[in-house]
Amino acid sequence: MLKFFKKKAEVPAATEQGVETGILVFENTSEVIRAENTLKAAGWSIRVKGPPPEIRTGCDLVIEFPLIEELAVLRALENVGLHPLQTVPVTGPLLQPVDLFQVKDFGRFLMVRAANMKLTVDRQTGRIVNISGGGCPDIPYLAQEMVGRPLADAPEPRQIGHTLCGYALQLAYEEVRRRCLPS
Amino acid sequence: MLAIVGTVPDLRFPLVEGQAKLRGNVIQVDGHSAPVNRGTPALIAAAVKTLEVIDRPAPYVYLAGDIGLGEGSRGLYDHLVRHLPQTDWGVLTFHYLQPDVDWHNRVLLAIGEMQRRCLLIADAGYMYAAKMSGMAEAYDLFTPDAGELAFLADDQAPHPFYTRGFILHEEQKVPDLIARAYRYKNAARLLLVKGKVDYVAGAQGVLAAIDQPAEEALEPIGGTGDTLTGIVSALAAGGMELKWAATSAARANRIAGCLATPTPMTQVSDIIACIPRALAQVLEMA
Repeated sequence: MLKFFKKKAEVPAATEQGVETGILVFENTSEVIRAENTLKAAGWSIRVKGPPPEIRTGCDLVIEFPLIEELAVLRALENVGLHPLQTVPVTGPLLQPVDLFQVKDFGRFLMVRAANMKLTVDRQTGRIVNISGGGCPDIPYLAQEMVGRPLADAPEPRQIGHTLCGYALQLAYEEVRRRCLPS
Repeated sequence: MLAIVGTVPDLRFPLVEGQAKLRGNVIQVDGHSAPVNRGTPALIAAAVKTLEVIDRPAPYVYLAGDIGLGEGSRGLYDHLVRHLPQTDWGVLTFHYLQPDVDWHNRVLLAIGEMQRRCLLIADAGYMYAAKMSGMAEAYDLFTPDAGELAFLADDQAPHPFYTRGFILHEEQKVPDLIARAYRYKNAARLLLVKGKVDYVAGAQGVLAAIDQPAEEALEPIGGTGDTLTGIVSALAAGGMELKWAATSAARANRIAGCLATPTPMTQVSDIIACIPRALAQVLEMA
């Protein structure tokens, strides 16, 4: 899940294998996250990337996939009700999401930052106490739904978020869970 | 007069415009209410408190419900394109909106048709769209945090999520990032960079650095950047020169944070309540 962020992909991604790749463009980031989960679960070697300049609108994420498998990929997505807006061959380098976590220890509280998003948890109670950063409109919504809830029970950003900021918050959330909850 | 554009994280909240009122921890506009937790309602609440202190009218706001799918933002963009040309705001502040370059550019054209040139302030998603459009220089003030400044300094990143690592690693070198943002024309006339040290900067470099009072527990608290943007917008609307408004706002926001005796679990509404006392201190010093 979202392992591209940690640069630990066990299977070489399509571009590294010298295979021609394409990108799948979706309506919003929540659809990208669903498609990512679907395709990874089915064993495809895909990556989440930034779109090329000519199709950027402002808050975008795309899925890079082996172009030769386009029909099968589209069929797998259709089976779960996902319909990409476009499929575009990759002709140049795609943007990589940031891959840095910053952790700040406040003693009782732990704050993790991923990209522009920060999530803070109370180690004593296990509750999310604050969410900070971001600029897309789902962040105040995610904060409203998550702050005050136990980390173990709070809705995940990938379930109710829709934007790149929401995606970044998911990464911070996963890192906090990894550090604070038993695996 | 100050006008504020942003969103409320509630899909049932309709597109409204009108003068904002603050009742306890709730803002009210045209018969609709939203809690002041964070985001644009926190910005509005901070602006209302500031304008009360300097005895100016409450801000006029344009709001729509949006939880990240963008419908509310797009409705708001469309509304602004049709109505802004007939308005005469002194300061126009844009906040949590779904970043959309095409709509951003249409709104900017509508602003060009307004009766007079107003001060333009952008934060959050709208600042992202302003940078990505290549029109950052049309704005008077951006209010990024250090991470967002790194995004402004990266000439290739369309969103903070794509800021390149070698630039993100420079986050501690804020003055260098400021210079880089101006070099690539990705900054407004002034920047108010919020962080451990708050910087007011222009194309010529850092104009002021504010590092007192210092309160580490403020960093995790969601909404402290929103309150800063609200205070500076209100002070500018009250006639204070923008550079001084930014410096004073940074001081007031830091003092308000300290007066709230924060921990990482403090909520921004506790800090907003302290803004009048903090501002009184700052204005007394001026």
